[in-house]
Amino acid sequence: MQFPESWLRSLVNPALDIPQLAHALTMAGLEVEALAAAAPPFNHVVVAEILSAEKHPDADRLRVCQVDVGEAAPVTIVCGAPNAAAGLRVPCARPGAKLPGIEIKVAKVRGVESFGMLCSTRELGLEGAADGLMVLPADAPVGEDFRTWLNLDDTLITLKLTPNRADCLSLQGLAREVGAITGAEVRLPQITEIENHIQDTQPIQVSAADACPLYLGRVVRGINAQAITPRWMAERLERSGIRPLLAPVDITNYVLLELGQPMHAFDLARLNGDIEVRWARSGETLELLNAQTAELAPDMLVVADAGGPVALAGIMGGQPTSVVSSTVDLMLEAAFFAPSAIAGRARRLGLSTDSSHRFERGVDFGATRRAMERATQLLLDICGGQAGPVSEIRGELPHRPPITLRLARLKRVVGIELDTDEVAHGLAALGAGVERQDDRLIVTPPSFRFDLAIEEDLIEEAVRLFGYDNIPAQPPGAPSRMLPQDETVLADDILRQMLVDLDFQEVITYSFVDPAWETALDAEARPLPLANPLASQLSAMRTTLWSGLIETLRHNLNRQQDRVRIFELGRVYASLAEQPMKLGGLVYGEVYPEQWGAQPRRVDFFDLKGDLERLFGHAPDVRRGAHPALHPGQCAELWADGRAIGWVGTLHPRLVQSLDLPAAPVLFELDSLALARRSLPRHTGVSRYPQVRRDLAFVMDAHQPAGELLNVLRETATEDWVRSIDVFDDYRGKGVPENQKSLAIRVVMQDTERTLTDQEVEEAVQKLVSAALRQCNASLRA
Amino acid sequence: MRNPNEIVADALAAIQACPDLPTLEQVKAGFLGKSGQLTDLLKSLGTMPAEERKTAGARINEAKQAVEAALKGRRDALQQAELDRQLAAETLDVTLPGRGAGRGGLHPVSRTLARIQALFRSIGFEVATGPEIETDFYNFTALNIPEDHPARAMHDTFYLQSGELLRTHTSPVQVRHMQSHQPPLRIIAPGRVYRCDSDVTHTPMFHQIEGLWVDESVSFADLKGVLADFMRNFFERDDLPVRFRPSFFPFTEPSAEMDIGCVMCGGEGCRVCSHTGWLEVLGCGMVHPNVFRHVGIDTERYVGFAFGLGVERLAMLRYGVDDLRLFFENDLRFLKQFN
Repeated sequence: MQFPESWLRSLVNPALDIPQLAHALTMAGLEVEALAAAAPPFNHVVVAEILSAEKHPDADRLRVCQVDVGEAAPVTIVCGAPNAAAGLRVPCARPGAKLPGIEIKVAKVRGVESFGMLCSTRELGLEGAADGLMVLPADAPVGEDFRTWLNLDDTLITLKLTPNRADCLSLQGLAREVGAITGAEVRLPQITEIENHIQDTQPIQVSAADACPLYLGRVVRGINAQAITPRWMAERLERSGIRPLLAPVDITNYVLLELGQPMHAFDLARLNGDIEVRWARSGETLELLNAQTAELAPDMLVVADAGGPVALAGIMGGQPTSVVSSTVDLMLEAAFFAPSAIAGRARRLGLSTDSSHRFERGVDFGATRRAMERATQLLLDICGGQAGPVSEIRGELPHRPPITLRLARLKRVVGIELDTDEVAHGLAALGAGVERQDDRLIVTPPSFRFDLAIEEDLIEEAVRLFGYDNIPAQPPGAPSRMLPQDETVLADDILRQMLVDLDFQEVITYSFVDPAWETALDAEARPLPLANPLASQLSAMRTTLWSGLIETLRHNLNRQQDRVRIFELGRVYASLAEQPMKLGGLVYGEVYPEQWGAQPRRVDFFDLKGDLERLFGHAPDVRRGAHPALHPGQCAELWADGRAIGWVGTLHPRLVQSLDLPAAPVLFELDSLALARRSLPRHTGVSRYPQVRRDLAFVMDAHQPAGELLNVLRETATEDWVRSIDVFDDYRGKGVPENQKSLAIRVVMQDTERTLTDQEVEEAVQKLVSAALRQCNASLRA
Repeated sequence: MRNPNEIVADALAAIQACPDLPTLEQVKAGFLGKSGQLTDLLKSLGTMPAEERKTAGARINEAKQAVEAALKGRRDALQQAELDRQLAAETLDVTLPGRGAGRGGLHPVSRTLARIQALFRSIGFEVATGPEIETDFYNFTALNIPEDHPARAMHDTFYLQSGELLRTHTSPVQVRHMQSHQPPLRIIAPGRVYRCDSDVTHTPMFHQIEGLWVDESVSFADLKGVLADFMRNFFERDDLPVRFRPSFFPFTEPSAEMDIGCVMCGGEGCRVCSHTGWLEVLGCGMVHPNVFRHVGIDTERYVGFAFGLGVERLAMLRYGVDDLRLFFENDLRFLKQFN
């Protein structure tokens, strides 16, 4: 909401300068978003009349003007504007004037002495461009200071109003509010009832009474729609961001700004039969004032005549019945439409109007008549004509039942005690009826406050008037309770830190992705589509973190970053019920940052698997598997607690090629909760007896996974003193037959109670060897 | 008998000429070994007349001591030289960089989230989370934002084709938490939120932290106390000016916006604060009774306050980031600045 300071001060004039006033408004919840001067600074500019304009003797484009600046004798001014002509009234900068960017001095222009400058709007900084002198009305007072005459020492105030304060969407409402917060006297416009001159009425019927509990219509005949809108009104409209158009329209706009009542004027001659306020019928359309044709829905309220809708009630009038310059008779409308009957409709039609903005939030139904009288008076004053009586159709208007404000509750919510008299006085200044009982106030909200319905609403008003800043900021004295700390689940922050320590950089990518990405990674993926995406590449919810990670890889490769190790901790989305938190990572490029004294080597599957082992704190259960996005021979499924929890593998060569990557990244993704879950350590004692180590080399089929052999060996070794069985080498080549490999297995044995005998050890090893042979066809290497 | 002095002279010359320890040991054997020259001399004492034996014995002993002293001196010198050689050979250019794996880093948003969480945990706030795909009920209705309420227009909501929406704020977590827990409650809920908006100062996804404190005696003054304390600790500025202005959120009443003195210009006025000297950093208020009613909390017994703040905004102010969009471009050159 934008308006000029001068207009507000004509209604309430607190002893505050403009920055103080702006601060007071902001701190009362009416945030001042901007203050702007009505005109840039300039001085010594007066209203002048060109008495004569002769061609300059030495320049074709210049004219030598004799100008009346309100002094005894005219002054000579050389002017280059094409429209300089005798009889024109224009702004004239006198010698010594400072305009934006120029200083005016007496100067010779091609040999003729010039005593000032005739100005265009551009030269005064009023507009960006101009094609000639600014032409003033013929009645502009010659000699008067231009700034004073146009009231240019004014400030445009822009408020960012919250949706609850519909009552402040008018100058009258703002004045009332300023009065309440500053204590200054408020002088609202004097409005008197107009005597009707004629008896003409327009028949009106309200079928949707709940949606339109109050409808006022008045016929005014014989107006001059082409009458000039008075300068004071045009100026206020312009400074409030509304362009003056045609006097009757300007008047309704003015009343909207002044009193907050949206009004409409219909051209009576173009109305067809009786007026009806009703719900729209399916299939009806209406050509609106902005030339848009609206397809109406049955939940949209319209004003209709016999021919169909003529206005979208509370939103915008229709083009065919609008007031035009030839209009002679019109019908003024002032109504109260229920917020629920208007809310959301304008938005659905892609509209937002001054009218819908107000009706959605609540228009004062107690002042509808006042607005009608005000508009009529202005119309008669400016456009002439004769007014008929007001037709009023009244239904059930909103109630404003009294609200109880308990002083104890007020104190409890606020945290300090507020002075009851001040609270009562403040609420009364806001227009509420206030009755004081022992420990409470009984408050009846005014009709214009749609946001006061419960006790909390009054508490807010009391605190607001007291000043939020006057409430002390106190450290709360709450009982100290410790927070639970689950030691068997690592916090996300710890997981992140572990990744960071493993040389991964965290990234955060968008949760919505290009669905083409998702299906490229997995043809079976069915990412949830957004109904209203910003762009196609952000149009579906990700089902994997990999699309964002690969996109990030590409972004960085394009910026000469050739070693990329990234991770993201975030959700993927399957449905409302299923939005699991995942941890995903990608590694690409050299294993280590480029450095001296180390052989460069590209990161591979086992490097990333090693990182995962460090993350888990042990070797996770890894099984061969197939994932459509991963290389079939370099892909493994991660398991924990009997269920699959994720994948690790090298990006499929098909994708490497289609994504135009120089080499394949290695990726992982897993349920972060499965990774976070840890067992509570349990001490089992440290053995004082010697440890026995046996290294066994098994020769077996090269394609058989080491994991299978390990599983067999571990299952076979039932003795609790067999501490560990691990692979420590995988050898192929000289000494090992073709298509075979030699796996070196380390078996560590140790008892906590005694020294193991050679015989026990040998028996255990023999058991392992025969199980390996039997189950994996793996024989001890000779 | 050979003159011991001559032997000593020979020995000293030989010792001095020794280039290394093994040679020195051989020389030692030649003079002091089982059949060394001085040993032989000593053995020959037995053949001497008794009156000469004493003097000769003393002279041989002197000679032996002199040779031993020379041996020790030479051994020490050779050992020192050897150590010096080893040290010289093993000397590194310690100015070369160290080797090994690198270290990654947290995203600045995570870093900021962690900092905020740590501050609130330190006064007893627990972390709660909730889904990002939400229902209309949790995102709006339960927060006292009915259908067609103008406040919905302030939330440019992303909808899924299935009818659910992407939460526009972290406030739904309040509702979910209050449904499943009994007061007293003290939680913060960090997470991603979404608005259908993208320009220089808006990204369609960003992060918020929601806070909620419900207890029998929590007041607006407490709200001010906690949040002022938080901002001053977050920015590590005890003298940071803060102010609270009335505002409107359907789920709180009274509602407030919290401003802090501009941390970029110190309140002088700059581009970041639009020359006002103040930065709007957070919305807050006392929990609206309708919200309590939706979750069955007794509004007479309990009072609460809630707040929501934008994490990227705080990160930008804290670390001097001047473009919001950088957070989601994930350019490593940007991210590594926070490591």
